Amino acid sequence: MRVYVTDYDGKEHELEALEGWRVMEVIRDWELPIKAECGGACACATCHVFVDPEWADKLHPATDEEEDMLDTVPDVQDNSRLSCQILMSEELDGLKVSLAPSSKPEELVA
Amino acid sequence: MSEREIVTDVVIIGAGPVGLFAVFELGLLDIKCHLIDILDKPGGQCAELYPEKPIYDIPGFPEISGQHLTDNLLKQAEPFGPTYHYNQMVTELEKLEDGSFVVKTDDNQTFKCKVVVVAAGGGSFQPKRPPVPNIEAFENQSVFYSVRRMEEFRDHDIVIVGGGDSALDWTLNLAPIAKSMTLVHRRDSFRAHTDSVNKMRALAEAGKINFELGQIGDLDGENGQISAVNIKTADGIKALPATRLLPFFGLTMKLGPVADWGLNLHENLINVDTEKFATNTPGIFAIGDINYYPGKLKLILSGFHEAALMGQAAKKIIHPDQKVVFQYTTSSTSLQKKLGVK
Repeated sequence: MRVYVTDYDGKEHELEALEGWRVMEVIRDWELPIKAECGGACACATCHVFVDPEWADKLHPATDEEEDMLDTVPDVQDNSRLSCQILMSEELDGLKVSLAPSSKPEELVA
Repeated sequence: MSEREIVTDVVIIGAGPVGLFAVFELGLLDIKCHLIDILDKPGGQCAELYPEKPIYDIPGFPEISGQHLTDNLLKQAEPFGPTYHYNQMVTELEKLEDGSFVVKTDDNQTFKCKVVVVAAGGGSFQPKRPPVPNIEAFENQSVFYSVRRMEEFRDHDIVIVGGGDSALDWTLNLAPIAKSMTLVHRRDSFRAHTDSVNKMRALAEAGKINFELGQIGDLDGENGQISAVNIKTADGIKALPATRLLPFFGLTMKLGPVADWGLNLHENLINVDTEKFATNTPGIFAIGDINYYPGKLKLILSGFHEAALMGQAAKKIIHPDQKVVFQYTTSSTSLQKKLGVK
């Protein structure tokens, strides 16, 4: 299965994903830059992505815990999610997300 | 502000799990430590990001929370009498001609030591900055990320943004001395303590503060002084007159001054060898998440291993005349004496 990730410069990458992997882990495994500083514990909000509106309804809704963490994302939008909280499954084959500026690793911030 | 100079064997930069365990390993070798951390408490990420989350890969603990692990490490370090310096960031690190180091913090504290251990994890925790155009021009003049002196806020039109405990606590604390107080949050539910939220709602109902649903957009003002905070709401842009802004979006980790100490870096991590975990500057070691070597795994247990090997190498620098005898805590009476169990 695949996930399409648009990077900070607007370039789309097609990434091979495995069922059960967190989208954050897929992004990191393919070495796209993403801060993800807590490592997937839903504790830092630095794996923030914008989900393509066509896919928003196909995801399970954010838990209270994820919503709480999204409060700490200054560039939050209606389609904001934490990519560590999206698990890849058959239904999400082809998912499209964009990396949010707040997930950018420090060394890439000018 | 302290102007003392503290003389010690080792300064450990970072009081996270690996820095705390380094106190233990160095302590067994009769080495005294001072620890410096930018947070107001020990534990690093374990205490700041996930105090209540279970960790499953600490050897010997099938499940332990970040806070519980921190508490245990503090207890384990206690016999060696470490001194903790919180709310301070190390800004300068200088090597003297005699091979010793001078370490300075942003709180004007100076240390003189023989060995420096950088155990700074992902770097220093610093406030998340909202993506507001030109916000830097107002920072520390009319935009603040923390309240150091409440008087700075007296008789001001204050806007606070956020939904966590910092946002709610400061809304409540500053409301009585503010000219006006407005809390802005993106949704009508908060992760702060219910008690604070209820108090805030009561003040809003009584007309003593304003609560706005929305998100920070941009700022009006000049010469470092804001005059309004423009927020995006469901009804469009709304201008809130303001002379003080406090955005509270939590903390994120930044490498900070570590980059300026002449250490060889690999993508914001410090290069070390895997025998001593020494950096390219003799006498400076780097352990835990902040270091890099081929095969590095960012695990707490890797940091513990690194602390033990670093300790042996640090011993040779600090007590060059003493022979290091490798001993086990289970059998060595001298180690047990140090631990206070004999």
